[in-house]
Amino acid sequence: MNLETTYLGLRLRNPLVASAGPLSQTVDGIKALADGGAAAVVLYSVFEEQIRHQAELDAALVERNAETFGEALSYFPELPGIDDGDVPAHYLHLVEEGAKAAGVPVIGSINGSTRGGWTQYARQLEEAGAAAIELNIYFVVGDISLSGREVEERHLEILRSVKQAVSIPVAVKLSPYFSSVGHMCRQLSEAGADGLVLFNRFLQPEIDIDAMDVEPEVNLSAQVEGRLPRTWIAALHGRVTASLAATSGVQGPEDVVRYLLAGADVVMSTSALVRHGADYGHQLLGGLESWMDTKGYTCLEDVRGLLSIRHADENAYQRAGYVTALEKAKTTYGGL
Amino acid sequence: MRAIIDGNEAAASVAYRLNELCSIYPITPSSTMAELCDEWAAHGRKNVWDTVPTVVEMQSEGGAAGAMHGALQGGAMSTTFTASQGLLLMIPNMYKIAGELTSTVFHVAARALAAQGLSIFGDHQDVMAVRQTGFALLSSDSPQEAHDMAAVAEMSTLQSRVPFVHFFDGFRTSHELNTVEMLSDEDLRALVPKELVREHRRRALDPEHPFIRGTAQNPDVYFQGRETVNTYYQWVPGVVRDAMDKFAALTGRRYGLVEYHGAPDADTVVVLMGSAVQTVRSTVDHLNAQGRRVGLVNVRLYRPFPTEDLLAALPASVRKVAVLDRTKEPGSGGEPLFLDVVSALGEAYASGHRPDMPKVFGGRYGLGSKDVTPAMVVGVFDELAKDAPRPRFTVGIEDDVTHLSLDYDPTLDIEDPRTNQAVFYGIGSDGTVGANKNTIKILGMDQDRYAQGYFVYDSKKSGSRTTSHLRFGPTPIEAPYLVSQADFIGVHHWSILENVDVLPFARRGTVLLLNSPYGKDEVWDKLPRPVQETILAKDIELYVIDATAVARSAGMGSRTNTVLQACYFAISGVLPREEALTRIKNSITKTYSRKGEEVVRKNHAAVDMAVEHLYKVDLPATVTSDHGLRNPIPADAPAFVRNVTSVMMADLGDTLPVSAMPVDGTYPSGTTRYEKRNVSEIVAEWDPEACIQCGNCSIVCPHAVIRSKFYAPELLADAPEGFQSAELAAAGLPNTRFTLQVFAEDCTGCGLCTEACPVSPLGQPQRKAINITEVAPRLEQEKKNIEFFQTLPVNSRTRVDFGTVRGTQFLEPLFEFSGACSGCGETPYLKLLTQLFGDRATVANATGCSSIYGGNLPTTPWAKNAEGRGPAWSNSLFEDNAEFGLGLRLAADVHTAQARKMTGELREDVGAELIDGLLEAPQFTESDFAAQRARVDLLKERLDALEAGPLDEWHQEKVDNLRSVVDHLIRRSVWIVGGDGWAFDIGSGGLDHVLASGRNVNILVLDTEVYSNTGGQASKASPLGAVAKFATAGKTTQSKDLAMQAIAYGNVYVARVAMGADPQQTLKAFREAEAYDGPSLILAYSHCIAHGIDMRKGLDQQYLAVNSGHWPLIRYNPVIRDEGGNPFLLDSPRPRFSLKEYRSKELRFRMLEKSDPAEAERLIGLGQESVDRRWQSYEDLAARGADMFAADARKGS
Repeated sequence: MNLETTYLGLRLRNPLVASAGPLSQTVDGIKALADGGAAAVVLYSVFEEQIRHQAELDAALVERNAETFGEALSYFPELPGIDDGDVPAHYLHLVEEGAKAAGVPVIGSINGSTRGGWTQYARQLEEAGAAAIELNIYFVVGDISLSGREVEERHLEILRSVKQAVSIPVAVKLSPYFSSVGHMCRQLSEAGADGLVLFNRFLQPEIDIDAMDVEPEVNLSAQVEGRLPRTWIAALHGRVTASLAATSGVQGPEDVVRYLLAGADVVMSTSALVRHGADYGHQLLGGLESWMDTKGYTCLEDVRGLLSIRHADENAYQRAGYVTALEKAKTTYGGL
Repeated sequence: MRAIIDGNEAAASVAYRLNELCSIYPITPSSTMAELCDEWAAHGRKNVWDTVPTVVEMQSEGGAAGAMHGALQGGAMSTTFTASQGLLLMIPNMYKIAGELTSTVFHVAARALAAQGLSIFGDHQDVMAVRQTGFALLSSDSPQEAHDMAAVAEMSTLQSRVPFVHFFDGFRTSHELNTVEMLSDEDLRALVPKELVREHRRRALDPEHPFIRGTAQNPDVYFQGRETVNTYYQWVPGVVRDAMDKFAALTGRRYGLVEYHGAPDADTVVVLMGSAVQTVRSTVDHLNAQGRRVGLVNVRLYRPFPTEDLLAALPASVRKVAVLDRTKEPGSGGEPLFLDVVSALGEAYASGHRPDMPKVFGGRYGLGSKDVTPAMVVGVFDELAKDAPRPRFTVGIEDDVTHLSLDYDPTLDIEDPRTNQAVFYGIGSDGTVGANKNTIKILGMDQDRYAQGYFVYDSKKSGSRTTSHLRFGPTPIEAPYLVSQADFIGVHHWSILENVDVLPFARRGTVLLLNSPYGKDEVWDKLPRPVQETILAKDIELYVIDATAVARSAGMGSRTNTVLQACYFAISGVLPREEALTRIKNSITKTYSRKGEEVVRKNHAAVDMAVEHLYKVDLPATVTSDHGLRNPIPADAPAFVRNVTSVMMADLGDTLPVSAMPVDGTYPSGTTRYEKRNVSEIVAEWDPEACIQCGNCSIVCPHAVIRSKFYAPELLADAPEGFQSAELAAAGLPNTRFTLQVFAEDCTGCGLCTEACPVSPLGQPQRKAINITEVAPRLEQEKKNIEFFQTLPVNSRTRVDFGTVRGTQFLEPLFEFSGACSGCGETPYLKLLTQLFGDRATVANATGCSSIYGGNLPTTPWAKNAEGRGPAWSNSLFEDNAEFGLGLRLAADVHTAQARKMTGELREDVGAELIDGLLEAPQFTESDFAAQRARVDLLKERLDALEAGPLDEWHQEKVDNLRSVVDHLIRRSVWIVGGDGWAFDIGSGGLDHVLASGRNVNILVLDTEVYSNTGGQASKASPLGAVAKFATAGKTTQSKDLAMQAIAYGNVYVARVAMGADPQQTLKAFREAEAYDGPSLILAYSHCIAHGIDMRKGLDQQYLAVNSGHWPLIRYNPVIRDEGGNPFLLDSPRPRFSLKEYRSKELRFRMLEKSDPAEAERLIGLGQESVDRRWQSYEDLAARGADMFAADARKGS
């Protein structure tokens, strides 16, 4: 059975990619994911704002009590990198050592807060040996004076500047909250995105009624959450040059199959691997293989995009653009 | 190459590059030398022979010297850095090292010794205490010389085989920033031939060529053996002279063993060594320019004493010599340098080598970093000019007891007018010192400008005041004394202006910059009257800026340093204004460019905004203010506080005469209550409606500023309006009021109370029942409230439930308002100790943080109650605290036994019932103690009555004796308190012995898992994987399980506690430990600034430490074992957080992730395994039977 696929120009042994999650936080974890079947590993995102904030806090912790008392002009040894806002050394270490240990491509993920930050981080990941970079444009617009056009432009600007800064492939992970998701994806693809990762799930905080406080809440994705990205993958397959990665809602092999039928180049999973362990990748892939076997396919390429919108009415698509595509998607996949 | 560095770095730079091994132990003010070496080694910096030196931190200076001795016998080029008591601990090894003619250099930042009190500051008492060891002693006067003499010492020791102490003045030289021409590696290689190093190695122990060294010698040969070294010592002066000549040939900097400076035909000469040489030199020039004929002899090589060089240096014309010693030898005929000079001159005269014998006078100066000024030097020369100068004198103080001190004119100024001088007042963490160090580096690196910086810190760890003294000039700055005539004075906090005189350093026309909340038009009337008077009298130019507001609007938060630094650059006149501002911006670009354009831009904008908002004040012609400086000392304070303590508090301690000082280091208890420091603008505020009166805020308050009382409602009749109270929430006490009073002027705003508070007011989930809020609007009200609160009766100890946290809030703390860090994790334990047992406690306190916030003048926190009882506290040393405390116990036991015996002997005379009561009554509960105190009082009355009648000699003797020990009939609580540096390292042997003594002592280890007081060096309590100084690559050994070691003895009560995780368990452990009739050990987790945490989250970290298994709570009670139960109690729940969750919140652990992520991952893994393993073994212990634990053999059970 040939499960090989190409994502971001990287030749992968199968379409299963482990996406950002707790399992890829150590070198051993990355190795376990690869051993468990994943053909590539996307690391968790380095958040520039968080890193800079932490770096500032750390610098403040070092400085706050320095030069205040005659017997102790400082409380910490001077170590390199303690007060800067670079990509943390342990992350670069994961990139460097993870790829060596796992034998599969390791993709770094960044979330910048400044233009300089995006490019600086991207360069550092490239230098550390990342196979590709995923731009995790996790951008919750709190400023209600910002227009949708400005938000889109910001995405494109980030992509263009990173593409200029590095020569490794760049994927964009984006949210579904655009007035016109398809158009956004096309623009990104035209601006040079090597891949689109659909979609980012905003981790929305919860309110704790006992503590009467807002609590950060992290939930693993549910199967139903796969429908929205699948729709858009179906709509975009063959319409954009960027590779398409599906993320969210992969619980079992059937979800992998669905994504591939919709047209995904790779299928990413975090929740299922967290729930069942890194080794669960083998089960997902095994399930895919037996489905292909049952259906008489031997090559993944023959399956991909069979149920994408490319095969719908071309004219209808051209006339009404993505709106029609959405209508078609509704018809094909049921109510959203 | 030129650098601006301090004396410590200057010496360490050479020592590091010329050695293979540094064996050290941290001690102020030398610690920096060792820390730098450790840092350099961590960064892989090589010595001049292409190897990275090994830096090893030992458990004490004794250990460091022992390891040095071994390393030297092993042939390694080895060095150490130390001071004060540290050098004293090295003495035994110094005899050995010298006796075996072993080449080494000890670099010493010379410091005072602990006598009537400890002093971290500089003088020569320590180095004078090793002059007899056989080490050569070489002195440096400045950071440049500390660099150069370090090299000369290393050259000389290898050549002569005699070991050297190279010393320079602690703080004055060790911490002074100055311009230094650095020796390159090439220079050092040229100065120290490798062949000499190989010779040193050839003398090492080597099994391929074995010999023995260190024999025991009998009366027949020991003496001769001791004399064998004479020739080596005779060579030393020549060797050092050669080394100095070689050094001069290479660098152009010429030194002599003894140097003369002054008039060739001088009639009067001062002899001294150390940094004050520079002061005397410039004063000599000043006097000679006025027509005097005076000179200076600088003794650089002090041992072996260079008699010939001294005689040669002294002009034949000299008739009077004053020898100045920076040391004190009570009872001697004179201080050491004086005696050496007298003997040199006397012998020369007697033997005819010198035709006359000048008169020699001996003076002491500069002890404990007392500033040494040109004015004092003139005072010395003036004294010598008299017909009959005082043969012995002191200078720099007023001795109104033995009248030894010289008068001098303190206003004398001989400063080069081209030198620009500045003084800055800052507070602790405001960045003033850091900015000034940066300023010195910006301005001092110009080829045509020299710079000097010296920084004075007060002794508090929270809200401490810093004073920076800066000089810039066209020639090297050789003025090792504080600025007295400042061209510029910067006052970076308005509150400083109101509390101390900031203008004693002002001269005519000084530029004064105030960080002022008041604008240029309103500031004048806000100034204290004396400040206005001085401004007008001295024609001072006044500038103001609201730096706090400017910093905030420039996005700099509360960091005002860039803003104020820009103002200094703009108006100080050191550089033309525009150039100055360009320079500061360039420096910002250089410093912050890595952090991104945004940060650079923000800082540049702050500079521009600073200049825009800087205003010159048009001064009125008259004084308008009607208020003076704050004098917070209440009239009812004790006389000592009013007359002495208050003077120290006002920064005028230098003016106190000898008669004002206690003769034996004894000071009154509880003086912090008179020092209202107002260090925080935000302080705790109680919400009586929401409060559930649980006591959680009170027990965790590090500064004892949260006090609770319950009382009858009618007492509120006299309460000021706005005084807060609530109905007491306690069963059985209806119609009783409760007040929780915050001592607002003493609160540091740390917020631990808010964090500990379990409740929120209805509808306000973000608030608690105690909150940190701005104090200014309510300060006056709070003062009235506090005054009234203090009139409410303290709750009777017999009516309070000691067993609950809630109950302890009503016990009066007898440890209050210390200068500890805001949010300190240690002090809540000490406060609890005093609440529970303070009125009958004796405390032995190891040197360290707790002895500094506990005993550093001017005011001290160990207090007494209304009856005059309270903890009797003393600090002996760092290394001996357990033994010191045991001594207190033994003395108490001896006297208790005597009191009991004599009481029995007087049974018939004072009444059998009373005696039986006294001897047999239990003493455990507060009512027991109250009853016993009543009995003792009654006994004293009966003894009075006995004495009123006729008494025979036998009875009189018994009565007198009994009176002297009668207080011992009340059971004493002896506490031995210290940090982990003491308990785990330097005092470990003593602690172990005291634990094994079986005696009733209570040992409290305030465990911060690191040396806190000296600045974060690793101790054996530091956890695996933590980064600390001397563990820069992460500590790779487990911390010692002291609890299990103590448990192994079988008769030691042991507890591991963490108040932030379980205050009730802490309370239980303290009470059980104290009640246990044998040794007790409490290990108390103390969060610390050295952990790299937001101190407000200290309790959270304690909680995580416990619940991640890092710090399992345990108690081991031998009493339970004796009763047949399992004495090992595991008090904390099974870990429910990973170790990583606890560690990720502390910088000490996070640092390693940044510097070496692979190692961090490895060590966190090992750490987790270790935690799991220990938990498992503790669970096993907690499930065993009594017979599996060692029995308490003392009771024959």
